[in-house]
Amino acid sequence: MTKTRKWPPQLGLAIALAVLMAGLAAARPGFITLGNLVNLVRQISINGILAVGVTYVLLTGGVDLSLGSLVALTGVIAATFAHPGEYAVVVPVSAGIAAGALCGAINGVLVTRGRMAPFVVTLGMMTSARGLALLASGGRPVSNLSTAFTRIGSGDFAGIPAPTWILLAVAAASHVFLRNMRMGRHVYAVGGNESAARASGVHVNKVKMVCYTVCGAMAGLAGVVLASRITTGQPNAGIGYELDAIAAVVIGGTSLNGGTGGVSGTILGALLIGVINNGLDLLNVSSYYQQVIKGVIIVGAVWLDRSKKS
Amino acid sequence: MQPLLQLEGISKSFWGIRALDGAGLSVARGEVHALTGENGAGKSTLMKIVAGIERPDSGAIRFTGSAVAMIHQELLPFPEMTVAENICMGAEPANAFGWLDKSAMHHRAAELLARLGVDVMPGARMGDLSFAEQQSVEISKAVGQQADLLIMDEPTSALSDRECERLFRIIGDLKQRGVAVIYISHRMDEIFRLADTITVMRDGRPVATRPASGFDEATLISLMVGRDFDAALVRQPAQTGEVALEVRKLTREAKFRDITFTLRAGEILGLAGLIGAGRTEIASAIFGLDPAGSGDIVVRGRSVRIGSPADALAQGIAMVTEDRKRYGFVGDMGVRENVTLSSLRRYSAGGFVRRGAEDAAADEQIRALSIRAAGREQQVKYLSGGNQQKVVLARALLSDPAILILDEPTRGVDVGAKAEIYGLIARLARQGKAILLVSSEMNEILALSDRILVIREGAIAAEVTPSRTTPEEILSYAMPQ
Repeated sequence: MTKTRKWPPQLGLAIALAVLMAGLAAARPGFITLGNLVNLVRQISINGILAVGVTYVLLTGGVDLSLGSLVALTGVIAATFAHPGEYAVVVPVSAGIAAGALCGAINGVLVTRGRMAPFVVTLGMMTSARGLALLASGGRPVSNLSTAFTRIGSGDFAGIPAPTWILLAVAAASHVFLRNMRMGRHVYAVGGNESAARASGVHVNKVKMVCYTVCGAMAGLAGVVLASRITTGQPNAGIGYELDAIAAVVIGGTSLNGGTGGVSGTILGALLIGVINNGLDLLNVSSYYQQVIKGVIIVGAVWLDRSKKS
Repeated sequence: MQPLLQLEGISKSFWGIRALDGAGLSVARGEVHALTGENGAGKSTLMKIVAGIERPDSGAIRFTGSAVAMIHQELLPFPEMTVAENICMGAEPANAFGWLDKSAMHHRAAELLARLGVDVMPGARMGDLSFAEQQSVEISKAVGQQADLLIMDEPTSALSDRECERLFRIIGDLKQRGVAVIYISHRMDEIFRLADTITVMRDGRPVATRPASGFDEATLISLMVGRDFDAALVRQPAQTGEVALEVRKLTREAKFRDITFTLRAGEILGLAGLIGAGRTEIASAIFGLDPAGSGDIVVRGRSVRIGSPADALAQGIAMVTEDRKRYGFVGDMGVRENVTLSSLRRYSAGGFVRRGAEDAAADEQIRALSIRAAGREQQVKYLSGGNQQKVVLARALLSDPAILILDEPTRGVDVGAKAEIYGLIARLARQGKAILLVSSEMNEILALSDRILVIREGAIAAEVTPSRTTPEEILSYAMPQ
């Protein structure tokens, strides 16, 4: 009989993060300044929001490759409604989130009713959504946005950037949803053993629909924040974002097979990626090396997690 | 003369459950050796050890031939490849650069098929062939690999009479070439027709090996059942109440047909039969895991449509499935989360799980069923088979069903837990639950049931009363005619 683990599963990751930050602080005193730390949490916000969203899908044992394209599409849609003096700021924000949720729901229908592999469905959505973003914008950035809209990305509250507040809000809400609500429990059951979940009376398709839709809505939210931050709706934005988001979730200990993990790990994973990016910049490491190092860290983190479990 | 295969003292346990207990067997060259016995007697496990699929825990295997091949009950061909590619799999003719010699492959396949009189084109796609043709191709492959011992696990279970005849001819042909065949079967006529020697297995070891002429059908059956039935185990007939479940003409193409019965509150209705007779399929259809094609399910007088387990649970029907790993539990989750999975609504308010109520419910089930776990949070994948089964039972019971379907409730469960589960089933019936019990264990079904339906090849073959029947009678109804 195996003893149940007493310490939280993310402890190792938190320690690794602390050690990494201490090392960086020793090597580059500039790392630990308030200005740089604020910068750091702003930098990870968009990837963090996407990572929280895709955590839902990965927990069911699925995957969503369309996030980067959805960021572009929803950013363009939001920007279209965000010109000065046209609509209240709630309109572009809702439009972006709703567009993301709709695309996520389409992914969900194709995966559940269409019984297709999530990889294929979301690969298709990735391609089509990118095309739609280019069509909706005529291939050009949508600029001239109201200050009310751009403040979402550039404003701050109590010294903390607005995008970071948004990330904290969605992370906290998702944590409570997944850990304390019935539907959240069902997400873990579906990912852990779909057949057993069905035999227990769980509405498997409904659970998956919720997850893909929430994931799409989060991509819409990230798209709004990005458009606001760069003050344009960029049809070419967000390329490769889905992979950074999935990397954060996987580093955070969520299994690609579904059923185990959670949002707290995802946030730590996003932080780790952010610290690595920020630290390597401060150390003047060329961006080519940065990519190599990031890749090694992603695989290394999962390998450590695996060897700890077996 | 030295035998081709000699097994001595083979033992094998799975998860602490003894499957083989010092089994021995001797097979001569060119002999057809029939292996028979009840479900779970250890035949398939023994043969998997001979074929090298499983390792024995102890014992000796002496094999003086060159190769063993096993023809499984469910075939394992490569459906997208051609017949020739399947036959040459693993021994493909190729030149020094690894380049496949397709014409040599074709020739070898054609020659083998012709030798066995199998009328199949080497270039045909394996997946386009019938089951019988695929089986013949598999046998040809085994012969091509110079196998001098061929194991066939219930090879005729999916064959028509004509196809059986062809298979028997091939077996006769193999025998003439000096190939020994171990033939696992329940079918009396086949056994007596083909076998030179018959071995009966029971409880993990052979109980009798004789030349076929030394047996008749009646002795064979009584040897299979073995132990004298313990009448003291028989449950007192229950006070039965209203009709809880009525099933009318339930049918699914090629699985079961015209299944009609009623089940009353407080009654235990047994479904007996051989593996593959369709009992699990009938149970799964009532629970909505795999809905039936046609027929009616009537719950407490109302005809209901059950398209999923969620529908069944809403009607007060719960099921403990045979395949525990697949349908039974979520291994990464703790005991608590598994036990409450079907009834989480009761332990939540406004969508939020009330942990206090949930913890209390889980603790109560752990106590009531004496589930031995390190605590309510222990992951179910680390529990023993018996305790996993109790978790599955607890989940079903917590949904407070009026109708409980139990499919092989004590499979892979140790003796102690088995007795506890029997006690629990009897108690549930006393409490007025209507119970449908599927079991392959003769003692279990006879001891627990009020009535028994014997299922043979997807249809009800007979209804018997435990106090007025014998294992032999049930087995005779269950055997394919």
